[in-house]
Amino acid sequence: MEIAYRPESEALREEIRAFCRDEVPEEFKRAVRHEGEIEGEDSRRWLRMLYEKGGWSAPGWSRELGGPGWTYEQQYVFERELALNDAPRVPLFGAGMIGPAIIEFGSRALQEQFLPAILKGEILWCQGYSEPNSGSDLASLQTSAVRDGDHYVLNGTKMWTSDGHHADWMFGLFRTDNSGKKQHGITVLLVDMRTPGIELRPILTFDGGHETNQTFFDDVRVPVGNRLGEEHLGWTVAKYILGLERFGTAEVSRSQSSLARLKRIARDQPSSGGRLVDDEDFADAITEVELELRALELTEQRFLFGPGGPDAMGAEASMLKIRGTEVQQRITELTAEALGYYSQPFVPEQLAEGYNEEPVGPTPAGYAARSYFNMRKTSIYSGSNEIQKNIIAKAVLGL
Amino acid sequence: MDFSLSEEQTIFRDSVARFVAEEYPFDRRQALVAEEPGYDGAHWRRFAELGWLAATLPEDYGGLGGTPVEGMLLAEQFGRGLVMSPYLATVVLGANAILHGGSEDQKRTLLPQVAEGRLKLAFAFAEPQSRYDLNDVATTARGEKSGYRIDGHKGVVFHAASADRIVVSARTAGDSRDPDGISLFLVDAKAEGLEARHYPTQDGGRASELRFDGVRVGAEDRLGEPGTEGSALPVIERVIDHAIASVCAEATGAMWAVYEQTLTYLKTREQFGRTLGSFQALQHRMVDVYMKCELAQSMVYEVTLHLDVPDAVVRGRAAASAKYEVGRNARDVGQEGVQLHGGIGMTFDLPIGHYLKRITMINSSFGDPRHQLRRYQHLSS
Ligand SMILES: Cc1cc2nc3c(=O)[nH]c(=O)nc-3n(C[C@H](O)[C@H](O)[C@H](O)COP(=O)(O)OP(=O)(O)OC[C@H]3O[C@@H](n4cnc5c(N)ncnc54)[C@H](O)[C@@H]3O)c2cc1C
Repeated sequence: MEIAYRPESEALREEIRAFCRDEVPEEFKRAVRHEGEIEGEDSRRWLRMLYEKGGWSAPGWSRELGGPGWTYEQQYVFERELALNDAPRVPLFGAGMIGPAIIEFGSRALQEQFLPAILKGEILWCQGYSEPNSGSDLASLQTSAVRDGDHYVLNGTKMWTSDGHHADWMFGLFRTDNSGKKQHGITVLLVDMRTPGIELRPILTFDGGHETNQTFFDDVRVPVGNRLGEEHLGWTVAKYILGLERFGTAEVSRSQSSLARLKRIARDQPSSGGRLVDDEDFADAITEVELELRALELTEQRFLFGPGGPDAMGAEASMLKIRGTEVQQRITELTAEALGYYSQPFVPEQLAEGYNEEPVGPTPAGYAARSYFNMRKTSIYSGSNEIQKNIIAKAVLGL
Repeated sequence: MDFSLSEEQTIFRDSVARFVAEEYPFDRRQALVAEEPGYDGAHWRRFAELGWLAATLPEDYGGLGGTPVEGMLLAEQFGRGLVMSPYLATVVLGANAILHGGSEDQKRTLLPQVAEGRLKLAFAFAEPQSRYDLNDVATTARGEKSGYRIDGHKGVVFHAASADRIVVSARTAGDSRDPDGISLFLVDAKAEGLEARHYPTQDGGRASELRFDGVRVGAEDRLGEPGTEGSALPVIERVIDHAIASVCAEATGAMWAVYEQTLTYLKTREQFGRTLGSFQALQHRMVDVYMKCELAQSMVYEVTLHLDVPDAVVRGRAAASAKYEVGRNARDVGQEGVQLHGGIGMTFDLPIGHYLKRITMINSSFGDPRHQLRRYQHLSS
């Protein structure tokens, strides 16, 4: 057993730290420090920057594919250092999800069309899985793809298309056959978001943000060549993609960053004539979540770097998602709590660069409660925590 | 013992419920809070006509002489309907400050105006450094020839933008955390030297930062009879306990609404070919939600029925314990409501997330659960 990183990971760590310090634009870091994300054109710019560092836009890819050819440990260190140094996430949908699926299942033509573009960050993707009536029971999805010559014709609606309003392409699951088991008859299609017949309706989240959409398909024609994998056997592709969500589902490093910010806020916030951090009760709450986070961090490392490495990880990965989101939610909740009355003002505009009125309350007043509210989504999406528990009960415990 | 409502109280509650159902449906609410002033002036006039503003005020001062139970019933229904209005700021905070801190003359002049809906108030007691400590008052009121000069910063003052007059706590003596030396003043909202920064709150409410820079008030604008200068802290504590009772009732109304809406959803939404409510894992979660609503309801009675006891410690313990218990349970219920709805619970267009927002704002008002736990311990030792 060895708890320290290998030398090549340590070397990479230094390189990434320097990159974050010297090259990551200040406005990106600012968004992250306010518990936010970058989107749209900023995401493209970010991906391009990463690509130019030597394929960092696709951290899991081999050298032959144009990626950095990192070991698993190096990939882990990469994600971690970005988070700890206030750099944005690497958008997951492209190089993290659909890219590997195209490598595994795609025709030569699809590989040539998409892989270089994904690597260079030229395409932003969205994921078209869920539907109004198919959430946890994803396999019951009904948006149909009917063969018409060398096209599929799509009709129906997808729900929760996150980043759909910025995306160039969607990878989606569509119903091509309804006659058998529900997992059979699903087909994966790559859909150009500019195709006629696609309409997006924004879905606002209750914190007031716009990150997701409902997508309507009205006789949308998609070339048969855009099919990924076999017709009707898309569930296999979907499961493959699901299995890729190994690194970072627990968001440990992001939470460590948020925790560090929470501690700073607690140091700055007045309480009982002193500082909130001197309030034993609040200090205990912070320490409790810090230790929960440490236990989670080691569990993730143990799962990833145990016998057989990350490839051997099975359903226990569900645990990382459950605990990871719980900790994340706890930290953002405590952050809002730390601000007392100043969690109440709704003044997101005061976070914008160039805002020149006097801000209301301390800076975190602009984001703390919103980020607490927004983080409620994490225990719902990517397979709700209840569904993850069902998976553990069945696949790990054998119940 | 008898925990049932009288016939008049039942009628009163039902009339509030009818108003909420008919005139304050969720989409109307959303439209109102999206624009200034955040509520409908016609609704406010209705509140006055129906006697809701007068309900808890004594008959001697233009009120209807109701008990704290009427206030509780009103707040509960407001909580169910997510009603946003200056009721808390004007009647619960402002009018109670005058009622419990004002001179006979001030009560006779001002309270009937509140009851009739002609006077809106706000209560400026918290400051950027004070967090939830009511004795932490750095704002000063220095005596001058014919009155006082007020200087300081009051933070997150609810509904100050619609107030005609603002009740302000300020120090006439002592250090910033001294329990003695605090007085209350009535300040005209348009007073010279008063600078206001108004903003919406997370839950669609309204609040303001108020900066007092040499604001001058007369000696007659200090609340209370002559000779009571510097002794307002017990009044402030009493007013805040009234506010605690009100928001606990409001939070409990919100909890019951979350419970009902989530239960209905679990009975209708199907996944895996069956209703969500048929999954035992979710049944147990929903039972927890139900139990938390009942426990919170009990604690609302605890604080409501102890509001008028003469012993401030007894009242304070009831308020602290209720704010703690209701707060914790309301948070859990609010979060579970979102979670059990799944993705749709995250949307702006459904009330469920807005209940969580209101509950969260209630928790960070008048002392959060952690603060109330400590306060209860102090009052019990
Ligand atoms: C902000 C946000 C972004 C999203 N982005 C995307 C995206 O980009 N692409 C995409 O395809 N989808 C996306 N989703 C959809 C997300 O994956 C679904 O919301 C999720 O799968 C849950 O489905 P549902 O919303 O239909 O809830 P439901 O399935 O109706 O579930 C409701 C509740 O019941 C519980 N439940 C359901 N079945 C069971 C069971 N058998 N046992 C116990 N409990 C159960 C759930 O856990 C949940 O608490 C997003 C969702 C959100 C909120």
